[in-house]
Amino acid sequence: MFADFDMSKKIYGIMAEFDTATEMVDAANEIRLAGYTKTDAFSPFPLHEIDEALGIKRSILPYLIFAGGITGLLTALGLVYFVHVLDYPIIVGGRPYFSLPSFIPPMFELTILFSAGTAVFGMLFLNGLPSPYHPVFNVPRFALATREKFFVLIEAEDPNYDYEVTRKFMESLKAQEVFDVPE
Amino acid sequence: MQDLEKLQKKMRPAMVEGDHSLGSVSDKIGDVTLKKRTPFFWFVGFGIAFMIAQCLLMTTTWLLAKGVGIWGNNQPIGWAFPIINFVWWIGIGHAGTLISAILLLLNQKWRTSINRFAEAMTLFAVACAGMFPLLHTGRPWLAVYWLFPIPNTMGIWPQFRSPLIWDVFAVSTYATVSLLFWYVGLIPDFATLRDRAKSKYFRFVYAALCWGWRGSARHWHRYEIAYLILAGLSTPLVLSVHSIVSLDFSVSQVPGWHATIFPPYFVAGAIFAGFAMVLILCIPLRILYNMKDLITETHLIYMGKVMLATGLIVVYGYAMEAFFAWYSASPTELFMIRNRIWEGPYWMFYWMLIFCNGISIQFLWFKRFRESPFWLFVISIIVSIGMWLERFVIIITSLSRDFLPSSWGMFSPTVFDITMFLGTIGFFFSLIFLFVRFVPIISIFEVRTLLPEANVHGHQQDFEENVVEIEETYDRTDPPNS
Repeated sequence: MFADFDMSKKIYGIMAEFDTATEMVDAANEIRLAGYTKTDAFSPFPLHEIDEALGIKRSILPYLIFAGGITGLLTALGLVYFVHVLDYPIIVGGRPYFSLPSFIPPMFELTILFSAGTAVFGMLFLNGLPSPYHPVFNVPRFALATREKFFVLIEAEDPNYDYEVTRKFMESLKAQEVFDVPE
Repeated sequence: MQDLEKLQKKMRPAMVEGDHSLGSVSDKIGDVTLKKRTPFFWFVGFGIAFMIAQCLLMTTTWLLAKGVGIWGNNQPIGWAFPIINFVWWIGIGHAGTLISAILLLLNQKWRTSINRFAEAMTLFAVACAGMFPLLHTGRPWLAVYWLFPIPNTMGIWPQFRSPLIWDVFAVSTYATVSLLFWYVGLIPDFATLRDRAKSKYFRFVYAALCWGWRGSARHWHRYEIAYLILAGLSTPLVLSVHSIVSLDFSVSQVPGWHATIFPPYFVAGAIFAGFAMVLILCIPLRILYNMKDLITETHLIYMGKVMLATGLIVVYGYAMEAFFAWYSASPTELFMIRNRIWEGPYWMFYWMLIFCNGISIQFLWFKRFRESPFWLFVISIIVSIGMWLERFVIIITSLSRDFLPSSWGMFSPTVFDITMFLGTIGFFFSLIFLFVRFVPIISIFEVRTLLPEANVHGHQQDFEENVVEIEETYDRTDPPNS
């Protein structure tokens, strides 16, 4: 596969493969301590320890979801207000035009609907998905990242990146194997 | 030390049995979807279900040609089979969200291997439920004017003070959020299938379905936040849906419907019926697909316990209905309950209901029945019938004998009522069979987190914590001077 790999060709980063989650988290810790910031890790299931190890900051997603929920609430309130107070006021069951208690169920449901939509699509958007192509897929062993292996990556864009030094550093991390990730 | 191990096993039964690793669970669950050969029983099951589903197609065609007059609904019983079936199906849907959302928030690890198909069951049950109110309008293509906030040609809007329009909002939100929740859970598993599929075509399909998921730590971080918040949102949602369905009845003044106990009693009934359906599906599934190591007997026992607990709440609801009728001192309420239990023409159905929902579940108190998949299966079927009878009793007996004897009447279903209901059952099981064939039936990435490999620096440390905890319990349960 890599026999005809041209070293002068641009590479996206350097990737190391690990057998266990513990080894990967330890390696990620060392990578952070060595000052690398443009890094990533790949695992077949979510790992809480890796956030700390790589210094991943808490996502703004919860705030977006809150905003989505408020939008849903106001949308429903606006809708019922427009329908029953502004556009076609009609007395039903002797209640006032703006009878808030009976408008609560639609308001509640739209709050949930909008926040759930924001949660899912916000998550995908912040993750930059869909992304049918990504350089990491160029490493054939990477197919195991969704199965049983663990990978860490230092991107070439990292300010501390230097091919020789970084590659040597990665090799010192007791990785199973170290790969160049072609762009 | 042997006692200690026994106690540990009792307190924390293994949720994954057998010798599994990260790779082997991926293969085991993924192969059901990826292998070329479809098992013979699948064709038999799908074939039968699909044939029954044709009843739905034929009935719907005839219904659209002739109108709702082909059903037995008529004054005074304008709400008959369609609403019974609607409430029954919606109720069944509730267990999926309960398992996926509420048990996630409660950190119940046993949800992991059953949440996927419980969620699928929810989606399909809600699809079946939604058909009834839609077709009950007789002209579903005009129903947008009655259901959705769109003014008709006279400029009149749907009435937001009516529980029927709340119902539309609740059920459509529920269907959408359940779909999102299910799909989000599937994304990492589709990525696993993409990387395992041998044929180029399937690799493409699964790559598209997983949106290019690559398991990045930054992605997982946001993924977990989104998943947890979705669970937090689904929890009040699922409780609201059946509450609002129950308001369809309790906001009206019909004796037997006009009761404040309805929302909690309906929600408990929904979870009760839903767990029964999950058991009906997963008991054959774990045998046919040899998943006994992932869906263990512990799972079945837990579900049996939830069924017992919610069933007892439902029975309490029946007792309270009778009590409130007496305590209200309202002659119409008193008459309603007398009529329902022994004087009316439908008394037999009430006692069938008590047998199915009240008496049959009492066997679950006993280990012998709770730990036997066969008896759990039998009791689940009885409970499903019982929950259908509950809606029948509430709806038909109340409407058939209301305030004025001059407007009393009887109901009997026509053949189309029955074929429509049967048809949705066929439709539901057809969808279940398709799901089992094309989608991983157990959440692969969540099962991985149950394995010891998922603990970082964890083996020793975690084990020690367990031992300390268990030793403490052990000390407490032991008599001090022995």
